[in-house]
Amino acid sequence: MSNDAIIEIDQLEVVFGSGSSAVRAVNGVSLRVNRGETVALIGESGSGKSVTLRSLLRLHAPKKTTIKGSIRVAGHDVLSLSSSALSNFRGEVCSMIFQEPLLALDPVYSVGDQIIESIQRHKGCSRAEANKKALALFERVKIPSPERRLSAYPHEMSGGMRQRAMIALALACDPQVLLADEPTTALDATVQIQILLLLRELQKTLGLSIVFVTHDIGAAVEVADRIAVMYAGQIVEEGDVRTIMRAPRHPYTKALLQSRAHGSLDRGQRLATIPGAPPDLANLPPGCAFAPRCAYAEDGCRQGLIAEVQLAASHRARCRRTDATSALPSKTAVA
Amino acid sequence: MSAATPLLDVRGLTKHFPLKATPGSKSGVVRAVDDVNFTVMSGETLGIVGESGCGKSTTARLLMHLINPTAGEVIFEGKVVGSRDLPMKEFHRQVQMVFQDSYSSLNPRLTVEASIAFGPQVHGVSKQEAVKRARDLLSRVGLEPTRFAGRYPHELSGGQRQRVNIARALALEPRVVILDEAVSALDKSVEAQVLNLLLDLKQAFNLTYLFISHDLNVVRYISDRVMVMYLGQVVEMASTDAIFAGAKHPYADALLSSMPSMDPDQRTEAPPISGDPPNPINPPSGCRFHTRCTSAESVCSSRAPQLTSLDGAHRVACLMYEANGGHPFSRVNPLEVAA
Repeated sequence: MSNDAIIEIDQLEVVFGSGSSAVRAVNGVSLRVNRGETVALIGESGSGKSVTLRSLLRLHAPKKTTIKGSIRVAGHDVLSLSSSALSNFRGEVCSMIFQEPLLALDPVYSVGDQIIESIQRHKGCSRAEANKKALALFERVKIPSPERRLSAYPHEMSGGMRQRAMIALALACDPQVLLADEPTTALDATVQIQILLLLRELQKTLGLSIVFVTHDIGAAVEVADRIAVMYAGQIVEEGDVRTIMRAPRHPYTKALLQSRAHGSLDRGQRLATIPGAPPDLANLPPGCAFAPRCAYAEDGCRQGLIAEVQLAASHRARCRRTDATSALPSKTAVA
Repeated sequence: MSAATPLLDVRGLTKHFPLKATPGSKSGVVRAVDDVNFTVMSGETLGIVGESGCGKSTTARLLMHLINPTAGEVIFEGKVVGSRDLPMKEFHRQVQMVFQDSYSSLNPRLTVEASIAFGPQVHGVSKQEAVKRARDLLSRVGLEPTRFAGRYPHELSGGQRQRVNIARALALEPRVVILDEAVSALDKSVEAQVLNLLLDLKQAFNLTYLFISHDLNVVRYISDRVMVMYLGQVVEMASTDAIFAGAKHPYADALLSSMPSMDPDQRTEAPPISGDPPNPINPPSGCRFHTRCTSAESVCSSRAPQLTSLDGAHRVACLMYEANGGHPFSRVNPLEVAA
């Protein structure tokens, strides 16, 4: 793994709407993704993980969204691209797969046509060449009998097959960065693991950089090199996957890992819970957004800006109380 | 758990949904649930797992008689449901259900208190008494009645709404609660709160749960026994410990091995099985799993396995475990069969 960053997000802020009803979905996210690296953004619904991801392709409606900060992907300043440069950027440098392929694919064109169109648009090659490339892509994502499947319509495919087809479409123009927004959430367990392993394999063979958004910690562990945990529009902790799983330092990460029902737990034993519910993004509390639910919170946590603490070379947490959180071993470390 | 009559005895439950003929396809049936048999003992939690289209939710709806079965019967405490001994209305007082979507299962125009008090009033409880019970239940599920009783569903969070649904299910003092993906739509931190609540309520009210979920971690945590379904049929049924220690049916085994690893140093190396579950409109012949099974032999495509008892409570539907099943790699111990 080389150490040059392909994605650099700096102090990203995304606000939907304006005035008193403004929803502050992302509040100062900074993230670096190195070439050939897979980073998982995990968090609960409304934590801003998908909004951050979509900002990388500028998919938010420009009139209703205020974006501040900077985003650089493979040398492109995403927030200042012209609309034609943006069309070239999407698909060729950076592309995305979504949770529900039936909604992401066009129902009135065959899957093959959609891939061929994309290749012709970006590479300017003949239809026959594009067709050959599409066939190779279908083989790469392991769709059985690929020639026949190219002429299939999305509704004729099973859920797992459609997700494979969408991955093929995303890879059609040889992007360097693949963004994945909950790509396995809608899939069955036996299919989910197939898609996760396919992504891992593609990452390795094609040297892709992947940003993978999920609420499923297990899925993140299967594919990611690093994990960034989001809460209320901020990255509260970031580190390599082993550190986050075994020695998390932010109280939210610790609580999240402990509140899961997992194998080593005795039946009937009570789960550790986080009291309360995530905050309203239109009405965030001052100070640390997690403070009202945090067991470690003290007065200082409820005011001002909470600074990030660098705990190790690749481990940081946005918390004032990391001194206290290191004392207790995490339950999952034992598991 | 007493060995006497089971609380719920499901026999030959079958549901075939008719399909209309469209240009290019003949009319047919979706075999959503096909000859499902199981029992639930009083006080236990039976987990039902399987992938989409395996019939787990249809089974729940059939139990509640939200849809009418094509064949089969449900026996509650020795009485056939829907017979003169046990009219449907009385059965519904005993068995209640909580659904996945907490919002669509509440009436948006009723306050949560009115929603909870509605059922008891239908069953002849006075309004005053029903409201009192509703307020009591609200505090039992952790929602302060003075703050929450007058709210409408849209004024609550998902976790709070699911608490209201649980309170409503308990308003008729049922014996059995069917939880159909009841925690699946909740965030993890809220899911843990609701799971703890379910455990508390089970103890307090002596409840029996049917817990349907696709989340195997949650099923393992809450269930005493687990039933695994595939394409409308039960493929394996055993105590939670037995099935998680080693599932016998190749599908059940693959399903459990498909759980993502939580250890970064022990990631899954290869997918346990390939492909998607087939369409239940035209399920494969013989054993329905034979098209994806790594142990499939020619006999599997022609002969349907029966649910066979391995040791008492552990039952599995696979020719490898059937005496004289005809599978070349039989796992049946010949000595045991002789004895």
